[in-house]
This record gives sequence, C-alpha cells and structure tokens, in this order.
Amino acid sequence: MSLKIVVLAKQVPDTRNVGPDAMTPEGTVNRAALPAIFNPEDLNALEQALRLKDENPGSTVTIVTMGPGRAAEVIREAMFRGADGGYLLTDRAFAGADTLATSYALSTAIKHVCPDVDLIIGGRQAIDGDTAQVGPQVAEKLGLNQITYTEEILSCKDGKITVKRHIDGGVETVETALPVVLTVNGSAAPCRPRNAKLVMKYKRALAPMELVPGTTFAELPYADQYEKKPYLVLGQLTCADVNADLNQCGLAGSPTKVKNVENIVFKAKESKVLTGSDEDINGLIQELLANHTIG
Amino acid sequence: MANNVFVYCEIEGTKVAEVSQELLTKGRKLANTLGVQLEAVAAGYQITGNVESQILPYGVDKLHIFDAEGLAPYTSKPHTAVLVNLFKQEEPQICLMGADVVGRDLGPRVSSALKSGLTADCTSLEIGPHDDKKLGKHYDNLLYQIRPAFGGNIVATIVNPENRPQMATVRSGVMKAEVLDPNYKGEVIIEDVAKYVPEAEYVTKVLDRHVEAAKNNLKGAPIIVAGGYGMGSKEGFDMLFELAKVIHAEVGASRAAVDAGFCDHDLQIGQTGVTVRPKVYIACGISGAIQHVAGMKESGIIISINNDENAPINTIADYVINGTVEEVVPKLIKYYKQNSK
Repeated sequence: MSLKIVVLAKQVPDTRNVGPDAMTPEGTVNRAALPAIFNPEDLNALEQALRLKDENPGSTVTIVTMGPGRAAEVIREAMFRGADGGYLLTDRAFAGADTLATSYALSTAIKHVCPDVDLIIGGRQAIDGDTAQVGPQVAEKLGLNQITYTEEILSCKDGKITVKRHIDGGVETVETALPVVLTVNGSAAPCRPRNAKLVMKYKRALAPMELVPGTTFAELPYADQYEKKPYLVLGQLTCADVNADLNQCGLAGSPTKVKNVENIVFKAKESKVLTGSDEDINGLIQELLANHTIG
Repeated sequence: MANNVFVYCEIEGTKVAEVSQELLTKGRKLANTLGVQLEAVAAGYQITGNVESQILPYGVDKLHIFDAEGLAPYTSKPHTAVLVNLFKQEEPQICLMGADVVGRDLGPRVSSALKSGLTADCTSLEIGPHDDKKLGKHYDNLLYQIRPAFGGNIVATIVNPENRPQMATVRSGVMKAEVLDPNYKGEVIIEDVAKYVPEAEYVTKVLDRHVEAAKNNLKGAPIIVAGGYGMGSKEGFDMLFELAKVIHAEVGASRAAVDAGFCDHDLQIGQTGVTVRPKVYIACGISGAIQHVAGMKESGIIISINNDENAPINTIADYVINGTVEEVVPKLIKYYKQNSK
C-alpha cells in the first residue's frame, strides 16, 4: 500500500552550541551568532518516514516547513536523503507565532498540499523551544489521532500502524488506524546520510524566496535547468495560498505573549576557591566530613 | 463563570503521580491568591475510592472523577475529550499539568482544541498584573508562566492575556508537595464518562506496556555527583559512578552530557530533566547553563569542579575547585576513603 507521508521539519538556531557572543550586550538573542540547523529530532522523524517509503513502494515523503527563505535549506537537505519534495510556508503574517499559531498555519498547509495524508511525522520537539507542543496541536487541528514519543514504527499495513513509544519509566506498544500524527524521539534511529546521487540531482533546488529579491529563475546561471526540471523549484506557500485566517496566524493568533525576558544573572555566592592539589582536596574532604555534610 | 484553578491529576493504576500532588499544592496557593476554588480532574479505571485520599488533602475543593475502562492506560483522545468538554462547561481560568510524557501529550491537544495558550516546562508560576502597551490594555491577576528559554540563555515570563484557561506544564520536582489538611473536605463528583467521551474517541489500543519504578533515586538523594560535557566520555562517567558509590551518592548529568551520549537520559538534571534539592551537589565538568541551574540551584552545598574558572556554575558554588575532573575526582575518592575510616 502506498502511503502519503508529510514530514514536519524546522530550521532552528543551534542552541546546543551557544558561544559567549550568543547574547547581545542588550540582553537579546544574537541569532546571527548561532548556526541554523535541521532540528535534530526532525531528522529522526524523516528517517521513520523514509523507512516507510522503502517498505511501501509508491509512497511519497513531502516536507512541510515554516520559516523565512533560508529555511528552504531543510527541504533540500531532506531531499538529499530521500524525500520527494517539500513546501516552504512563508509569509510575514506568520511571524511571531507561538505554538498554537504555528500549528494552525501548518495544519492549513497540510490540508492544502496533502488533503488525503496517511501519516504526518515530526520530531518530538525543536531545540529552540523544547515545548513538544506543535505535533499534538497539529493533530488536534486536523482531528487526527496522535502517537507522541515514538521510538520505532513496528508495522504499518492495511491502514493500521503499530508503534513502540517511550513513556515515563518504560515503553509502550500501541496500535491505531491511519491517518495519524507521530512525533519521534531523538533516541529513535538516526537519519540516513545524504545520498550522493540525490545531492547531484537536487543541489540546485531553490525556493522562490531564496532568489535575490527582484530576480527570477530565468536570470540564474542554470536557468534552463529550472525549466526542464520543475522539481528544482521548491514549493512555496503564503498565508493566502493556504486560505489561512489571518486572525489565527502569527502574533495575532498567538494567545501566549512574552511579558518580559531577562538575561539570567546568578546571584553570586561567596565561594571558597581551591586547586586540585592533594592538600586542597584532602582538606575539603576533612572539612565536609567534620561538619557531617558527607559521610 | 466558575473561573477556578484546575489541576489534571495523572494516575498510574490507582496511584496519583507526585508531580500532580506538587501541582495541587501550587494550585491551592494560586487559588488563594485569586480568591477562587481549586478543582482536580482524575481520569482512569477503578480509581473511585482509591484516589480521593491522595488528592483532597492538598486543599482540593472539587474533584471530578472519570472512571471507565477505556481511560486506563492513558491514551490521547479520550483524555483530551474529558478535559476539553469539562473545560467548556466549567471555564477554568488556569489549568496545570505535569510536564511529563502524559502532560506533554495531552496539554497541547487540549490547548489546540480550546485555542488557549500553553507554556511548557515552567519553573515558576506567579500571579500578577500585565499591561499591553500596544493595545493600551491593563490586565489584573494573570498567571505569570516563567521558564528558561532559548537554550537557557534567557528567562522568559509568558502571559495569556485573553484566552482561557491559561495552561502551563511543570516538571516533576520543581514545586513542592505539601498536604494542606489530611481531612480537607472537598466535594467528589463522579462524572458520567459517556457524556464527555464519545465512543469514537477510543482509537488507540495499548498492546503492551512496561513501566518500571525509576531506576535512580535522584529526586530524593541527599548527595548528587553530576557530570557535564566536560566529563568527555562514557568512561569519564564511570569515574563518577565510582565516586558516587564511595560517598553514597546518586549520579546525575547535564543535558549536554546526555545529548553527547555519555549517560542515560533519565539522569538528566535541569529544566527538561529532574529538579533536585540535595544536601550536597558536586558538579563535575558542568559549565552551568541556566536550564541546568534551574534544576539544582536549591542544593544545600554546591561544589564545582571545572578547569574553566569562569564557568557560570562557579558563581553559585560554595566550593570552586579549579582543576580537571580527571585529576580531582580520583583524589576525592582517595581522600574520602582515607578520612572516613
């Protein structure tokens, strides 16, 4: 049985490698200092999708991502690994979205590009927010069931899927009917590497938003390629394209507001500074034992 | 409009999760500040008669029990239907739930259905006013949902000015559970589950389920030896396990160490892990990102071992040992053995 699979992926700032210049002197986040990467757990999600595609010939894997023009990078990256194509959901109206407004935008896009979707798979959470909310919120908006914290898809046939998932203190195997939304853990199988042939095939793929403003594909050095190979022009959708209600998008559609943001300053304690010498360590242990802190 | 504070109680079998009792305690305080009642929701199977005594003593004025075979073990859609339909009717102003697998599966669905705001992994909850300067609007008594954000480089205060309920999830151990009155008289309402959960919602079959008690006792440990990225490897962590064994401690880790694969995920201490309050916290090769500090700052004595004397954690440490973990940890073991006899 061929499956229509949508993978939700996000380009995120790499918050795991935050250097000292990650914050501006004013205390705001210096995004320019953080490299943009494919959200790690979305890669685990992509792998689960690609495995289903391998097992079910004729299946398609479509990436849906929301972000500025450069976020099209995740679509290309996914295509290098085996995805069939993707859509960049991009519009100023989406800016400032919290998880609810994001899930609204994504759900309208999915309805538009893949109304008869069988599976929507995303990472459990994105490293820039760690909320794990968008997957379940998309599921609810589309009226679909969900399986979060997925570790492995054990089987998917005859419209039914069996999944092993992590729960607190253990594991659970659950079965449900398609269509369904899955969110995948970082501990699930890692994503396969890029495929050299696919890199060659898709390396010039571009979303219109990535062009220098005011220019067209016809002005690019390999303009004829974009005419001959339509798959090199990545899908791009605006708010109007997906008939999204402006009141539910971006800042306007976000019930949560950031009241304030503080740069964290630890209240410094007066600390005893020691070296790693035998004398210092021995002294510390004796002190802690003497006042019954340890032992 | 009822406008009360609600806590969703997570139940394993007939046992109410600790995190839920912690949230009931917090919920009671919020309800007092707001001058409203605290209500709790318990959904499971054969829980009637078993869960009341684990919930009411925290100062719960009204407990809604949903008892039906399909409600245990937890699956997403039936529990979503319980809360969504109950909230449409009761119109709570605040809803709290645990930031664990169940709460993080359920919270977003409920918020999506009710179009209300949800803030994950809060480390503090307070009540206060808010001015929206753009709209020129003033709000009183909003829930401040406070959480580290953006890789822990900042702490954000989030509010939901217009939408109700204001929803927040909180990790286990962040709040403290305190019984208000063992004989607290709260009303118990046995709800008609079929009224809230249509038959069509029971769509997930749990084929197999293994739950084990936590492998470690980090939450209650008096002494914790925690390792960070600076431990360098799995083998580096072996050294910490040895130290922990000698000084009768539990081993914890920072997220960076867990992400690097040095140790098991359930050892993670911090905003997205366990929150701990040990008597002694020995931080080994941990730089001290705010999310980590959020989960251990209330430790009695903090000892930091780091070869970077400017590591942020050193500012909250009682003892700073400037040295490499490879050098210092074996010496701690050696001198503890020598001196404790």
